[in-house]
Amino acid sequence: MGSHALFSQVTIGSMARSLITALLCALACRSAAAQFELTGSWAARNHEFLSGDGLPVDFTGIPLNEEGRIRALSYSESQLSMPERQCQGWPAFYMVQGPFGLKIWSETDPLKGNVISYTIGAWEDRAPLVIWMDGRPHPSKYALHTRSGFTTGKWEGNTLVTYTTHMKAGFLRKTGAPSSDEATLTMRFYRHADILTILAVIEDPIYLAEPWVLSRSFQLSAAPVSPIGPPCVSALEATPSTDVPHYDPRKNPFVDEMTKKYGVPRDAAIGKPETLYPEYRKKIN
Amino acid sequence: MRASVAALLVAAAQLGAQPQAAKQSAPIDLTGYWVALVTEDWRFRMVTPHKGDYQAVPMTQAARKLADAWDPAADEAAGNQCKAYGAAAIMRLAARFHITWRDDNTLRVESDAGMQTRLFHFGSGAPAAGERAWQGYSRAEWERQGSLKVITTNLRAGYLRKNGVPYSENAVVTEYFDLAPAPDGGQVMLVTTVVDDPQYLSQPFIVSSQFKKEAGGSKWDPTPCSAR
Repeated sequence: MGSHALFSQVTIGSMARSLITALLCALACRSAAAQFELTGSWAARNHEFLSGDGLPVDFTGIPLNEEGRIRALSYSESQLSMPERQCQGWPAFYMVQGPFGLKIWSETDPLKGNVISYTIGAWEDRAPLVIWMDGRPHPSKYALHTRSGFTTGKWEGNTLVTYTTHMKAGFLRKTGAPSSDEATLTMRFYRHADILTILAVIEDPIYLAEPWVLSRSFQLSAAPVSPIGPPCVSALEATPSTDVPHYDPRKNPFVDEMTKKYGVPRDAAIGKPETLYPEYRKKIN
Repeated sequence: MRASVAALLVAAAQLGAQPQAAKQSAPIDLTGYWVALVTEDWRFRMVTPHKGDYQAVPMTQAARKLADAWDPAADEAAGNQCKAYGAAAIMRLAARFHITWRDDNTLRVESDAGMQTRLFHFGSGAPAAGERAWQGYSRAEWERQGSLKVITTNLRAGYLRKNGVPYSENAVVTEYFDLAPAPDGGQVMLVTTVVDDPQYLSQPFIVSSQFKKEAGGSKWDPTPCSAR
């Protein structure tokens, strides 16, 4: 082998190694760069979907099945005056419906530096949500169900995808649309510049006729968003009662309030699935 | 051998230097028929809100004054039935959208409600001076993380909601299009819309809307703009 051939081999070999190194680095860098900084304070903008604190029978946009509708129409907001329900809070779905911002922080492995979990701080009537990023499995379906449930997450490219199970039975909306303890929540977090948008898909085999798809945007804030709400202390200012306030779902006195006030047809107010699609407008006009 | 390696590197460099057409470099495929899932703001999107019902829009005093004077009959008489179908509001309509490539660098978005057509221009083109339209001029780019970013200017003044909530012709609309898998195996398209308009908005108006992909256009239902 002459010196020229040897030189060629060495040159080609080193170039190949450089190319492979560059390629591997590019892949690794791309993977790391593909994720975004989720932690910080994200302010609510509340430019959409404020119907959760509106009229009692407002289930517009929720694809309830018949069982869900009957439960929803039996709900009375007076239930919240019961001492045992005053501090019940709302399930994780409230994250994309409530009026609050999000304070998000992470726990990292002190040796490896990887994120073990993200925590989305609480609000007055919403428990904190921990997103486990360390690959742990969801617990047995018989495990304890809590208000915020059990959430795991993983990065898919530049999107954080989370999956929540083990939520206690609660409500899809504060107006009384119910959720069961079999409901699940899949969220996808997208960041564009200083905007964080969460796409949420809620599935509930007990009360929903089809998945309920929602989204909500937040804006990065220099002002800190509080990670907690004020403590909830229950109190009773009336005669104790064992009754649970409710309505006969066939005679809910508020069933036509949305129609009277906003011109919303009753089928839409009570959350019939077909009302979520544009063709329903033809039935209105 | 060295020559062939060098040629390979030169070819690779040339390949990297030549910009690919937007259609070929698309990281996501937005084409197809999409139906709006009206799961939020139902009473603002499926029915025309009453005059004065402006909940959740950060309006300036000037905007409120203008909206309080909303007169759909006057809009009809002036041929302005499409004021609520402009680029700042169209993706929030209860509508179906058909997305196709008009050419290698122009994505076309059509709506059945209002029968509007938006054109998303990739590259460095610019609108003709003074030319304003309901859909304005949209410049598009693929974001590195696999999203579509669209900035729209040169708008005609229009409505954010059908009951006369205004945006001015100087409004700038920034949109981000993302895709996600749907539980049924289909696809969901998420559109985040940011409307900047210091004249009529006290802060950027930010909403996000979701759409489900449909297999075809069997439910496509073109209907003209309506001011009411």
